[in-house]
Amino acid sequence: MLYREAGQFKTSYAADQQLFPIRQDRIGILVLLAVAFLGIPGMASEYWFSAILIPFLIFALAALGLNILTGYAGQLSLGSAAFMAVGAYAAYNFQLRVEGIPILVSFLMAGVTAAGVGVLFGLPSLRIKGFYLAVATLAAQFFIVWCLTKFPWLSNNSSSGVISAQKVEILGHVFESPREKYLLVLSIVVVMALAARNLVRTSTGRAWMAVRDMDVAASVIGIRLMPTKLLAFAVSSFYCGVAGALYAYCYLGSVEPDGFSLEMSFKILFMIIIGGVGSILGSFLGAAFILLLPIFLDVTLPWLAGLFHLPFSNATVSHIQMLVFGALIMFFLIVEPHGLARLWQIAKEKLRLWPFPH
Amino acid sequence: MIKNLKPAVAAVAVSLALLSQSAMAAEEQFFPIVSYRVGPYGANGQAFYGGFVDYLNYVNMKEGGVNGVKLAWEECETEYNNAKGVECYERLKGKAKSSAGPIHTMSTGISYALIEKAAADKLPLAMMGYGRTDAVDGSVFPYAFPLVTTYQMQASAIVKFLKDKENGSLAGKKIVYLYHDSAYGKEPIVALQAEASLNKFELSLIPVAHPGNEQGAQWLKIRQEKPDYVIFWGWGVMNQTAMKAAQKVGFPRDKMVGSWWAGSEEDTVPAGEAAKGYMSATWNVAGKSVPLIADIEKSVYGAGKGNLQDTSKLGTILYNRGVSAAVLSVEAIRKAQEKFGKGKAMNGEQVRWGLENLAITDARLKQIGATDLLPEIKTSCNNHEGSGKVKIQQWDGTKWTPVSSWIEGNKGLIHPLFESSAKQYAKEKGITPRDCSKEKI
Repeated sequence: MLYREAGQFKTSYAADQQLFPIRQDRIGILVLLAVAFLGIPGMASEYWFSAILIPFLIFALAALGLNILTGYAGQLSLGSAAFMAVGAYAAYNFQLRVEGIPILVSFLMAGVTAAGVGVLFGLPSLRIKGFYLAVATLAAQFFIVWCLTKFPWLSNNSSSGVISAQKVEILGHVFESPREKYLLVLSIVVVMALAARNLVRTSTGRAWMAVRDMDVAASVIGIRLMPTKLLAFAVSSFYCGVAGALYAYCYLGSVEPDGFSLEMSFKILFMIIIGGVGSILGSFLGAAFILLLPIFLDVTLPWLAGLFHLPFSNATVSHIQMLVFGALIMFFLIVEPHGLARLWQIAKEKLRLWPFPH
Repeated sequence: MIKNLKPAVAAVAVSLALLSQSAMAAEEQFFPIVSYRVGPYGANGQAFYGGFVDYLNYVNMKEGGVNGVKLAWEECETEYNNAKGVECYERLKGKAKSSAGPIHTMSTGISYALIEKAAADKLPLAMMGYGRTDAVDGSVFPYAFPLVTTYQMQASAIVKFLKDKENGSLAGKKIVYLYHDSAYGKEPIVALQAEASLNKFELSLIPVAHPGNEQGAQWLKIRQEKPDYVIFWGWGVMNQTAMKAAQKVGFPRDKMVGSWWAGSEEDTVPAGEAAKGYMSATWNVAGKSVPLIADIEKSVYGAGKGNLQDTSKLGTILYNRGVSAAVLSVEAIRKAQEKFGKGKAMNGEQVRWGLENLAITDARLKQIGATDLLPEIKTSCNNHEGSGKVKIQQWDGTKWTPVSSWIEGNKGLIHPLFESSAKQYAKEKGITPRDCSKEKI
């Protein structure tokens, strides 16, 4: 009833091909963007910006990058954190060594550098598939972290290998407060997410999906495997690289190679598995689930314990939080193996019929 | 009418007085504790933060707080994870607006992530024996305090200890620096290289990849090179592995000197027999013989208010380190109260001033009961370290015993390194350093 396309006629090709063909979706997205751009900056506290919203957006972007590679093109990768590291260090070096380079150009170049590195590590994908490819991308994870530690030039000879991000200045305006940084991150993420949504429905995106579903068949119908796979690696790493640069410049402020560990790659992989493989929305839902649920539990558990007068120490809360978190992941995977995005899709279909299911 | 009013007025007056009194009594000094007790280094955190919280409790019980200001705190678990550390900091920051004790993260990564944020929020960040070492230069880092001593000064002090052992000269000797290949292990390299060229010994650098539970190749190389000493910068599981590996290749453990993160019971006990004779630096002494530690055990644990669940950690190196950290934090608040008003809660800015003007003499330490627990400390605007002294201790198979007095690193050699590095940071960030000569005491 609420969510029905009946009566929405598409009278032109443009109307038929738009990003969100259903009117309700368009309205929903506009409302969401309005809330994100206008509502939240007025309401949220500094804690919300710098501890919840900014990391959420950045990880959603990284998950989106991995989703392009794994979800759409079917190439399993365990190197997302490493590509983020490339992005962070590349942005730092461009800012440092190129006089007067605008920060947004640095971010762009960070993405391009990461894309280059991604293509390099994507080369094995031409010969190997599935789990074996995952192991090959694992090499990227170790190699890049090693490389960033090994060559002091990359961290401007900092004795500890830690880099600290320069000021974020655009057109003379310094982005300093968490609110401004949030708006910057949000703008970049929105643009890139819409671009990704557009990309996956073009011929490139359809070629990726064809390769994912069966690469032999795809090559038979005339899709050239090498450029298609490598392009997926490039685009995916580009997204991860930009996410890495934002991670360094807008979130932590200083990063070290060890921070971009395998654990972080796994975290991003879990985000797309929980959120939904092969779905733009899923990247956001997954990032929210993996990042926000522990914080939510961390805040509510002590409160609950206090309510029932249970003698919980901080450590116990932390242990329980891990238990609950693990249990919830299993619960969602059993109930809906296709991720949270699929739940949303089912809800949409139900809403389409509601209240007359027959 | 008026008669009837009188008692009412009196009652209101009395209740107002009571209210204001209770408002006075409610004056509290808040400590945002960004801690970890679970995760890969949870065992270390339990001992450190156990000691820290026990001392705060002890001050509340013994003296009713600092000049009557009760100490209060809230903990947030970071699991030694940088992102979680930032989240915790942001969460606790809101409660630390009106009063804030120094923040101890016991993690170099988290400290690095917080340096700028803490300075912007005007909250003092203590990094005792870890963190960004060039923050010794307080003109660039007003809110960061690498108190007591830093990695570079420690490395220099270890070299001095070895030099004394070799009757004053290390010329022609060979020293291997075996280190955790991370920010932590790499930081002392500049200091060691400077010492090597000064003292004319040969330095060879051997990195160990995180987490360091496989060191066969490294120790084979050490056996080939036959060094006179190994200076060892390990952390976590890497420490016991190194001791066992040294035993395997037959390298004498009493020629190995570790850093203070490679010198706690958590490292030596699991290594068993292999740890016997192993030495390490430390800036606080272990054991319950320190009167303060004994008194904490008696009064805090006696009253059942102890923070440790595993009381066998009492008096260990890391527990005593936590107590030392709390002692310095409380002393900084005391100092700040002397200037800004006794019996008042101090905000971040005021505590920062206290940390920058610490002057803790041995006499004062004795007064607290912390005789010889940690070295004397005197901080200033251009020296946020305040001491630079360490002791060398040796593991005898059951406990740590100090084998040296307090040794100071070569300040003339090391501190200029900090200054140039801080200057570079200031330039990168566009910070104008404070003029330290204009700071009011």
